[in-house]
Amino acid sequence: MNAIYLDNNATTRVDPLVVEAMLPYFTEQFGNPSSIHRFADGVAKGIKQARHQVQELIGCEHDSEIIFTSCGTESDSTAILSAIKAQPDRKEIITTTVEHPAILSLCEYLEKEGYTIHRMPVDKIGRLDLDAYKSLLSDRVAIVSVMWANNETGTLFPVVEMAEMAHAAGVMFHTDAVQAVGKIPMMLKDTKIDMLSLSGHKLHAPKGIGVLYLRRGTRFRPLLRGGHQERGRRAGTENSAAIVGLGKACELALANIEHENTVVKAMRDRLERSIVELIPNCFITGDVENRLPNTTDIAFEYIEGEAILMLLNKAGIAASSGSACTSGSLEPSHVMRAMDIPYTAAHGTIRFSFSRYNTMEEVDEVLKVMPDIAANLRKLSPYWDGNGPVANPEQAFQPTYA
Amino acid sequence: MWDYSEKVQEHFFNPKNAGAVADANAIGEVGSISCGDALRLTLRVNEETETIEDAGFQTFGCGSAIASSSVLTEIIKGLTLDEALKVTNQDIANELDGLPPEKMHCSVMGREALQAAVANYRGEEWKDDHEEGALICKCFAIDAVMIEEMVVANNLRTVEDVTNFTKAGGGCAACHEDIEGILTKVLAERGEKFDPNAAPIEVAASAKEKMPMTNLQRIKKIEEVLDKLRPQLMADGGNVELVEVIGNTAYVNMTGACSGCQMAAMTIGGIQQRLMEELGEFIKVVPASQMPKAAAAGA
Repeated sequence: MNAIYLDNNATTRVDPLVVEAMLPYFTEQFGNPSSIHRFADGVAKGIKQARHQVQELIGCEHDSEIIFTSCGTESDSTAILSAIKAQPDRKEIITTTVEHPAILSLCEYLEKEGYTIHRMPVDKIGRLDLDAYKSLLSDRVAIVSVMWANNETGTLFPVVEMAEMAHAAGVMFHTDAVQAVGKIPMMLKDTKIDMLSLSGHKLHAPKGIGVLYLRRGTRFRPLLRGGHQERGRRAGTENSAAIVGLGKACELALANIEHENTVVKAMRDRLERSIVELIPNCFITGDVENRLPNTTDIAFEYIEGEAILMLLNKAGIAASSGSACTSGSLEPSHVMRAMDIPYTAAHGTIRFSFSRYNTMEEVDEVLKVMPDIAANLRKLSPYWDGNGPVANPEQAFQPTYA
Repeated sequence: MWDYSEKVQEHFFNPKNAGAVADANAIGEVGSISCGDALRLTLRVNEETETIEDAGFQTFGCGSAIASSSVLTEIIKGLTLDEALKVTNQDIANELDGLPPEKMHCSVMGREALQAAVANYRGEEWKDDHEEGALICKCFAIDAVMIEEMVVANNLRTVEDVTNFTKAGGGCAACHEDIEGILTKVLAERGEKFDPNAAPIEVAASAKEKMPMTNLQRIKKIEEVLDKLRPQLMADGGNVELVEVIGNTAYVNMTGACSGCQMAAMTIGGIQQRLMEELGEFIKVVPASQMPKAAAAGA
């Protein structure tokens, strides 16, 4: 049995067709696209084509709205810092409690610099309160940054509607869409989204390449100044091979988007349904009705995520967890905390994220080992007794906390 | 994934003494808020000899928490309660061939469960005496609470002060921004402003005020502690030699396999920790090669 990779929200394997498209740009077409000689003449064309391929996938109006960056994080930082630099009188930022650290850490930093950060809370299944959002919009707000899809639960936020609301209030709107692009259809030209971040390695392109979509006419200040690359909006010699690879990956993602929402979704659905049936005391987190098709995040009560992952890994299965221990941080995942998932469940969350490379046979393999893994760890758990949790687990076991 | 030793993996995949001991007469229940981990340790103690006849654990926690619990039960079985209480968290970590710095608190949890169980047996109430915070310095495993307490207690003002008093920031230096953040916060609380260019506190002078021990007593005590640590170092083919003590700084030579070992800095950190615990005061352990020139000439 080959290793089973179910951690595609962390990163994906590069599609062989993408590798093939990239190779010439390391060898024959290695020139600097700004040069005027035979080693470079294909490079500019390759980049142009890639820009077009990205444009097709996200449905934006102009290919000049695509700015290639080095990663999703750079795109996020560029968007937020641009908005506050371009509008120095606006000192507030609206975001959510469940964003990726690429947004949250930057906001925390800006807070120290004197900005007011509105972090919108979510309910128990990870949904926002749009009335509360509306009341925060004002001419003091420099930018709203809300993720399209949550990396842990796959929960989708109504960013199209929220962008309309921001637009009506005259506020810029950015979305971190690194988990959404390529998994759900989008047509940016029909929306009021001003900026969007995407990351290549989440959709079978290599690591180290990202995009910031910047709606034409949106006021902008570059993060990196220097050469004229990307029309002066992101200086630095183009990562041409990666750009070409991302272009190809976008073309493939567009061709597979129906597959993603049918075949991949069916694998995800079968896995989570069966796990919940087979294993007592576990539940799916997030907004189950409104999620990415490839993601499921399951909380196994009274056992801990890292221990589950180590046993899964031994069985050749790769997934990830929201437990504190897998990150080295103090707290279990901020997303689980934001949804008010109890500690005894939040520490035992496991995310399985699929791609078009997975198969139903792999789902069967996971289903074969997962019940035993949960049962064996529960045998060690002070909250568990025989076939079920001890009566009143939170009262029966009350350790002295350090 | 963490770089766990073979031993950790062995104890995780095949834990020893899992489950509660039947007719236990000593139970310790502790948790580490930093990992959300929790451990119940059950012991059967022979009331005549105070020997631990059997030990079992139930752990809600990660791989290293389970491994630490498992190895703890193995270490303490057959020991008397007094012997068992001498087991340190470092002993637990050593028995596992080390733990990643972020995971050292798993071994602390094991030691605390043991203390709690013994207190339970003796009818005493056990109280935890330390609080854990976010890990700031990954080189020396120093957390935010520890740094904050030291900054408050000793009126520290600069990153260098913090390094002198806690070692935090003395390694790769990547955490200096976080340490500055803590300084900024604590200084603001007492109405001061953090100044990156402030002069560091004279370590020896400030330490002198609260030291009832004479220098000779201190040197003797340090030698005693080093003698206790020696067997462990020698088991790894190394040794340690005390060269000089100036104020609260002990200059040592790591010899044998310890000299030039990649782990020398970690080992020195461990020695320092142990010295501070046993002497009850701040001691800084520094390789003799870093001794000030004048002192070296005199030594």
